[in-house]
Amino acid sequence: MSGPQPAPAERRSDEGGAAGRSARMFQGIRRGRRGGEPTVVPEAEFGSYYGRPVLKAPVWEWKIAAYLFCGGLAAGSSVLAAGADLTGRPSLRRSCRIGSLGALGALGASLYFLVSDLGRPERFHHMLRVLKPTSPMSVGTWILSAFGPGAAAAAVAELLPARVRRRRLAGRLLDRLARPLGISAAATAPAVASYTAVLLSHTAVPGWSEVRDELPFVFVGSAAASGGGLGMLCAPVAEAGPARVFAAVGAAGEIVASRVMEHRLGLVGEVYREGHVATLRRASESLTAAGLLGTVLLAPRSRAGAAASGLALLTGSALQRFGVFEAGVASTKDPKYVVVAQRERLDARAGRVRSPKSG
Amino acid sequence: MSRNRLSGPLDDVAGDAGHVAHPPRVGFFTDTSVCIGCKACEVACKEWNDVPEDGLDLLGMSFDNTGMLGANSWRHVAFVEQPRVTGRQDPGFDGLPTGTSGIPETAGAVEPRLREAPRGGSELGTSPLPPGGPEPQELGMPGFDRPGDLADAGTRTDFRWLMASDVCKHCTHAGCLDVCPTGALFRTEFGTVVVQQDICNGCGYCVSGCPYGVIDRREHDGRANKCTLCYDRIGDGLEPACAKACPTDSIQFGELDELRERADRRLAQLHDLGVGEARLYGRDPDDGVGGDGAFFLLLDEPEVYGLPPDPQVPTRYAPSMWRRAGAAAVAFALAGVAAFAGGRR
Ligand code: SF4
Ligand code: SF4
Repeated sequence: MSGPQPAPAERRSDEGGAAGRSARMFQGIRRGRRGGEPTVVPEAEFGSYYGRPVLKAPVWEWKIAAYLFCGGLAAGSSVLAAGADLTGRPSLRRSCRIGSLGALGALGASLYFLVSDLGRPERFHHMLRVLKPTSPMSVGTWILSAFGPGAAAAAVAELLPARVRRRRLAGRLLDRLARPLGISAAATAPAVASYTAVLLSHTAVPGWSEVRDELPFVFVGSAAASGGGLGMLCAPVAEAGPARVFAAVGAAGEIVASRVMEHRLGLVGEVYREGHVATLRRASESLTAAGLLGTVLLAPRSRAGAAASGLALLTGSALQRFGVFEAGVASTKDPKYVVVAQRERLDARAGRVRSPKSG
Repeated sequence: MSRNRLSGPLDDVAGDAGHVAHPPRVGFFTDTSVCIGCKACEVACKEWNDVPEDGLDLLGMSFDNTGMLGANSWRHVAFVEQPRVTGRQDPGFDGLPTGTSGIPETAGAVEPRLREAPRGGSELGTSPLPPGGPEPQELGMPGFDRPGDLADAGTRTDFRWLMASDVCKHCTHAGCLDVCPTGALFRTEFGTVVVQQDICNGCGYCVSGCPYGVIDRREHDGRANKCTLCYDRIGDGLEPACAKACPTDSIQFGELDELRERADRRLAQLHDLGVGEARLYGRDPDDGVGGDGAFFLLLDEPEVYGLPPDPQVPTRYAPSMWRRAGAAAVAFALAGVAAFAGGRR
């Protein structure tokens, strides 16, 4: 850069151009017709460019939805594992830590998918060159960096054979550290469970942006339901009380938040209520509701009932993530979710009713 | 929403991004009322910036075979045929046969094909639509009759042909830049928005962050691509390739403040001439993106050209979204505590 103001080395169009000329093409005035303002044929439809979408459809694939589920599951089970550790429930702790290792494995797998889904996988570490508060993906990368190692180390400590844990120096160290590591993971878990909602909503995608008020509650509910569900699936009934409470609260919260979200939506609610997404969402709600009922009625008594309820909750939570993901993608493929909604916003701001648009 | 650095008017964008002693903000004023649809801008851009082809396809959108901005189309000329005249313009059809515009037929043929494409047609500008879709349709082209010869007088209409060269808006508050997790997208000293190709890891967040559907990921390359406002040229005091090539000065490059004044004068002139439908798009620093660095004079509603009527930068809602996420996180943590506090079972 030579200086603050580069000297133009050639004639630039800003030295007098079209504006300086009179626009001859508009000067042929046709007399006696409509007094200037052309009559516009009212069109019930909205205007668009050959029906082409206004926005680019996300380049993300199903792996993102899988990642949303795994992250929630890992967060939910690490909270239960830390609680079980502190309140002396070794089996629940063990199954939740191992469960969260499973979830972390799944998370690792989906992170692997995500990295391979990058246009330039070998550059994944470029995510770590900045911390950008305006980018939920950047914030999330750092949240995961804080969560992952603690949760993984606590789970590995659980898996070490007692002999190694007591005799080897590294084993003893890990055994000592398991509790603080688990607690640190549990402390970051709420952020892991909730940030993914902002990740989706902080976009121009109408189906994700318009649900920004409710989506965090849907996602943390889904995370708690899946974490609790995993605890019920793996731990004996006698120790799984907290898992049942956690799962029930999460499932109830998820159902309510998801309903509120869908009902509050205007036109873009269509993408949640129609087609393939509607099927996913109905299945998710039925499974979560059945899992909730089972958690309250069967799980305290029967091992099989607890396992079945846990499975239902896990599946319901996964389908919830896929439903929301696909709803957003669908909302970018039709220009009406952009044009009609923004027209309404403009009209509301101007305080007038919608006038017919020219097309 | 209160005004803050995340949305609303911002006088010194480059300064806000940390540039000191920077040159004035530059941009484009695209006056579509003088565009003749020659696509010299598209060609010049591809040549100068080495932008690969985006698929050769006859789309059926009038003379537009590009379709949309994308990773491989940094300028896109839209063609809109309408059964009306511009202002009090004489289309010169007196005594000549005129027919209905083909718009309903062509739109009817194009739209289903777009919907069937994997990305709903938004892949245009980056990659071709997949073959297949609805049966090819006979649109009567090429024909050897004069336009309208076959129509009877009762179905004859007025006609106008709108052309507009679209480009990245170089927003004051750029959704793409805000969400980029690697810092690949950055604000230049000229106030423009550019991807650093050696940093981008192709995460694709910017694609969903842009409220105009401009930036996209290039297949086989994997990185995000869009107009750089010829960062290399303007740094040397040249104007961008598209503005240089535009034969009618529909694309005007310059300092943004001066362009805005010029656009206001042009708008007043058109209104005086009876072109009441002329309007500026992206000129207003109070709009949802804090005003565009590249703004337009249009002759119809923005959506007719495929532009969003009221775009907003997603970051506008960032504070409230993080508050909601924080509340949800607290609820999650409380549920966890309650699960263990609620008595031993
Ligand atoms: S948000 Fe879209 S229009 Fe604005 S600078 Fe980024 S790519 Fe360009
Ligand atoms: S694809 Fe590249 S430019 Fe776009 S947000 Fe990701 S790292 Fe940034």
